[in-house]
Amino acid sequence: MVQYTHARLDASFAALSDGTRRGVLEQLGRVDASITELAERFDMTLTGMKKHVGILEEAGLVTTEKVGRVRTCRLGPRRLEDETAWIERYRRLWDARFDELEKVVEQLKRKERGNGRKDRR
Amino acid sequence: MDARTAGEPTTMKNRTTSERKSARELIVTRTINGPARIVFEAWTKPELFKQWWVPKSLGLTLLSCDMDVRPGGKYKLVFKHGGSEPMAFYGRYTEVTPPSRLVWTNEEGGEDGPVTTVTFEEQGGKTLVVLTDLYPSKEALDAAIASGSTSGGMNETFEQLEALVGTLK
Repeated sequence: MVQYTHARLDASFAALSDGTRRGVLEQLGRVDASITELAERFDMTLTGMKKHVGILEEAGLVTTEKVGRVRTCRLGPRRLEDETAWIERYRRLWDARFDELEKVVEQLKRKERGNGRKDRR
Repeated sequence: MDARTAGEPTTMKNRTTSERKSARELIVTRTINGPARIVFEAWTKPELFKQWWVPKSLGLTLLSCDMDVRPGGKYKLVFKHGGSEPMAFYGRYTEVTPPSRLVWTNEEGGEDGPVTTVTFEEQGGKTLVVLTDLYPSKEALDAAIASGSTSGGMNETFEQLEALVGTLK
């Protein structure tokens, strides 16, 4: 049925939920740019743009490199993780899910035992 | 000491395993501490299913859960992720054999969605759960892995993401 991936995805979706950040990704897809250039292009303050880039960086969508006084931004490592890492994430999802299932099963077992005692009385 | 490394059965956490079993198949296994009939019940009664299918760590809210658990019966789960639009996941149960086997389709992702088979095998009061996602082709599973999606889940969101990434290449 439904399976999901974890925290990394949360970060990606959060990063992509903002129009400016999507615009920044599009822009960086065409050409690398400094934070100053991006701030100008999107008509915002340096501080504001730094914040957006920080969020994109955290999500792995953008990397930055400081050369001299200029911080250059480019698209991040491809987000296509290798298969092993993906399967491990998938395992963790199911592990968390099965832990919850275990609790439900435990409750049901207890309830059954309770009912059994009542019947014997 | 042996007792330490081997762990005590009562405290040792059951292990979940996962692997790509073949070009088209993903498999997950786990032993649950309870009889198969109870595990099956928790898997097929909506009020119980809702309690475990969405671990809190996922940050998802289950908005609705409709399950008509019989061969040909439909299911539909609707989730919300943060401030995002609700996402629906749906399909049909194709086999329902209490307490040992359950098969369903995953149709939200279109034709490339897998068919999921779960078997419940009781061994001394515990139940070995084996869950297999069988994709229609190697390419479909490769694509699911590449997109980060699993089992059709979040396909819609991923299509948007892929569309965006596509424009960036």
